[in-house]
Amino acid sequence: MILEIRALTKVFGGLKAVEEVSFKVKQGIILSIIGPNGAGKTTLFNCLTGLLSPTKGRVFFEDKDITNKKPYEITVSGIARTFQNIRVFGSMTVLENVMIGQHTRSKEGMFTAILGTNRFRREETEIESKALEYLEFVGIEDYADVLAENLPYGDRKRLEIARALATEPKVLLLDEPAAGMNPQETKELMELIKRIRNWGKTIIIIEHDMKVVMGISDWIIVLDHGVKIAEGTPGGIQNNPDVIEAYLGKENIF
Amino acid sequence: MKTLLFIIWLSFLSLPFMGIKGALYLFSGICAVFGIFIFLKKSFKKVRIPEISYNLKFLIIGLFLFIALLPFAVKDYYLDVAILAGIYIILALGVNVVIGFSGLLHLGFAAFYAIGAYSNALLTTKLGLGFWSALPLTLFFTAISGLFLAFPALRLRGDYLAIVTLGFGEIIRLILNNWDSLTRGPNGITNIPAPFIFSFELTGLWSYYYLVLVFVFIAVFIVRRVYYSRIGRAWLSIREDEVAAEAMGINATKYKFLAFVFGAFWAGLAGALFASKMRFVSPESFTFMESVFVVCMIILGGLGSIPGVILGSLILVLLPEILREFQLYRMLALGAGLVLMMIFRPQGLLRVETTRFRGKV
Amino acid sequence: MFLQQIINGLTVGGVYALIALGYTLVYGILELINFAHGEIYMLGAYLGIIFIGIFTAAGFTQYSLFLSLLFTFILSILFCSAYGFTVEKLAYKPLRKASRLNPLISAIGVSIFLQNYVMLTQGATDRVFPHIIPTIKIEFFNVTMTTLQLFIIIVSLLLMAMLHLFIMRTKTGKAMRAVAQDKVMASLLGINIDRIISVTFVIGSGLAAVAGIMVAMYYGLVNYYIGYIVGIKAFTAAVLGGIGSVPGAMLGGLILGLIESLGAGYLSSEYKDAYAFIVLILILLIKPTGLLGKSEPHK
Repeated sequence: MILEIRALTKVFGGLKAVEEVSFKVKQGIILSIIGPNGAGKTTLFNCLTGLLSPTKGRVFFEDKDITNKKPYEITVSGIARTFQNIRVFGSMTVLENVMIGQHTRSKEGMFTAILGTNRFRREETEIESKALEYLEFVGIEDYADVLAENLPYGDRKRLEIARALATEPKVLLLDEPAAGMNPQETKELMELIKRIRNWGKTIIIIEHDMKVVMGISDWIIVLDHGVKIAEGTPGGIQNNPDVIEAYLGKENIF
Repeated sequence: MKTLLFIIWLSFLSLPFMGIKGALYLFSGICAVFGIFIFLKKSFKKVRIPEISYNLKFLIIGLFLFIALLPFAVKDYYLDVAILAGIYIILALGVNVVIGFSGLLHLGFAAFYAIGAYSNALLTTKLGLGFWSALPLTLFFTAISGLFLAFPALRLRGDYLAIVTLGFGEIIRLILNNWDSLTRGPNGITNIPAPFIFSFELTGLWSYYYLVLVFVFIAVFIVRRVYYSRIGRAWLSIREDEVAAEAMGINATKYKFLAFVFGAFWAGLAGALFASKMRFVSPESFTFMESVFVVCMIILGGLGSIPGVILGSLILVLLPEILREFQLYRMLALGAGLVLMMIFRPQGLLRVETTRFRGKV
Repeated sequence: MFLQQIINGLTVGGVYALIALGYTLVYGILELINFAHGEIYMLGAYLGIIFIGIFTAAGFTQYSLFLSLLFTFILSILFCSAYGFTVEKLAYKPLRKASRLNPLISAIGVSIFLQNYVMLTQGATDRVFPHIIPTIKIEFFNVTMTTLQLFIIIVSLLLMAMLHLFIMRTKTGKAMRAVAQDKVMASLLGINIDRIISVTFVIGSGLAAVAGIMVAMYYGLVNYYIGYIVGIKAFTAAVLGGIGSVPGAMLGGLILGLIESLGAGYLSSEYKDAYAFIVLILILLIKPTGLLGKSEPHK
């Protein structure tokens, strides 16, 4: 188990956003977290990555307790994420955005930078070339010198993924990666996620697009109003009466 | 039509302060300026500040020659101004690290400048240290104060940080003004010695000019090297989006501290140079206006870009000298200029390409 | 001694409160620290002197002290509100969509501009408020209070009460509160955002004008620089009470006035100005939301 969540609870004032959620994640799978809007999915992500402190419960990564660690510490440990409302560094170029991802995996400090030692130069060149590799991996290497804010929406999403990958995570959290994508882009996204999994990463995604969820997930967890109501294989979830009821009133999404 | 009413409104507002005659003058004055503006606009279709592009190598060589040979070419008075400009460039580079690069709204930079200047003054006059022996201590003290001020920066958002730094600046000034036993209060500290280089005392303008020049080059060199490194990138990312930066593994707290200390360091150097040049320091030179002045330099030139900062500093130091006759209206123009700058060209004069990291090493 | 300082503190505090209200109202609506607000106060002080000077020269003051003072107040308030209104339209409105830094810098620019505008048109030396108001001392409990102090305290409290009623009871007041809470929603409900913002500036400037005139009468002297220091202090008061909160600004102003007077009386009067800064830094470090402010979720 690479990741274990125990009885995670997050309360805002009177609102229980996440309530006693527990699950385990096996290394190397693609796990999808689904549920109607407001189910607490992004709140869960925020608790996992240190943006929020859980009110109760624990998070274990590789058997180490990371529950109240700061966001940057969690990234250093090996969990990276993308954001639902895309937070790329707008006035930096695409390449620079990804180079930022490499920050924790490099170590040269101020003094070697000032002196311009060979070690420093070598590391900088390495950061740059690795960043280019990540850009190629997601397919936007042609945009390397474009300002991130000028990128079209779909490519910005891919940039965020490349940037997160640059932190060399063991677990990658994607928050609604397929949002706003047309069918062609969605298909490419699914391919990309599978390639990342083949690379040895564990991937957890929050997603509403059921084609994506059913198409690539090894395991699915369903949240509703902050509570885990089901978990299982795609086939199992599709036929789960509780899940169907939670989505009742909406169009038949399966 | 609307503009006419607007001009009448403005003139009316000025009535109590300028009297009827004054208001009429103002009215006609604004109309005239406006008329000229419309005329120019019509003649040039679009009035735009052109993107200043330049061939870097030639520019640098030309500038280098000009700067190196300056003392031969100009009167002593202008050399004095040039020295001051150099000191301000170093100061502006420091501010740029904090505000331009890391996005931390600092309105009290004059405090660091003051600490640098006074440290130098006190160490040399009270303890009898020479300029060079006092320098490391001066830089140390200033850097420590940068560390100290960084603490509130961690928890405060934009405007609040601005106000706290402003408050810090004022408190420092008040302390300098009132702690007579240490700082001699408003009288300031006099007889600060000039630096020696191998028993050669630098009292002459020429020698001081080259001293400052060397320091400017060192400052630009070091700051540039730090910008084009992962530290510089980390600062930029914090400015852009602190939450996302943290999510990418950057310890924002650590880098904010670093920004303050690094920025303060240069202010300390500038302060020491200032004290040694003027041979006299007093709290008057380190007011809030001074902090605003330095911030204007980096805004004018374009936040975050080194050539922009240098250009901004030069303009703001040289312009008042060139327009000496209009001395009285200087601040008025500054105030109006700030507002206009923010409305029409907030990104600064030089197109801020921030920094491009590709292939810089 | 203690009681004396309390009286002094309330007098100064009332002034701070009036100005602080301007800061807090604008911040509540625009999330902008109106750096130039202190200068509006300074304008008020100068306008008071200018108008009373005009009336005295015309013989009006000798005819009726009360009426000339009344008209001085009215005219100064009108002009100050006009200045506040104009500043908003010229320097802040175009920057409503920009980042946090831009309107702040613009505000600093306006502040510098107004300071120097007054310096150039009215001279750099102090100007004097004519000694036309009889100062009668009231003595009680070993304490001396002048009629002027009483006047200031009463006027401040009165205006604060009126503002409170205005915001709570009138339609415009409620609209102001709505806009401060949620601009988008308010506009969707048909509230004219621009108009409300203008009203906010007008009210804030009017209050500052009153404060300015009263200070001119109290100290007898003004110069173009008073806006800066008092502006910072009043801003501190607003933050102390909780920026964005109207009762907070009132409370903060009075408390700050008391701290300053007591500090000057018991500790050191040299560092009088520093007390405000120290309070400011302490508040921002310990409880940035102020005494009556609401905690905001950290983004």
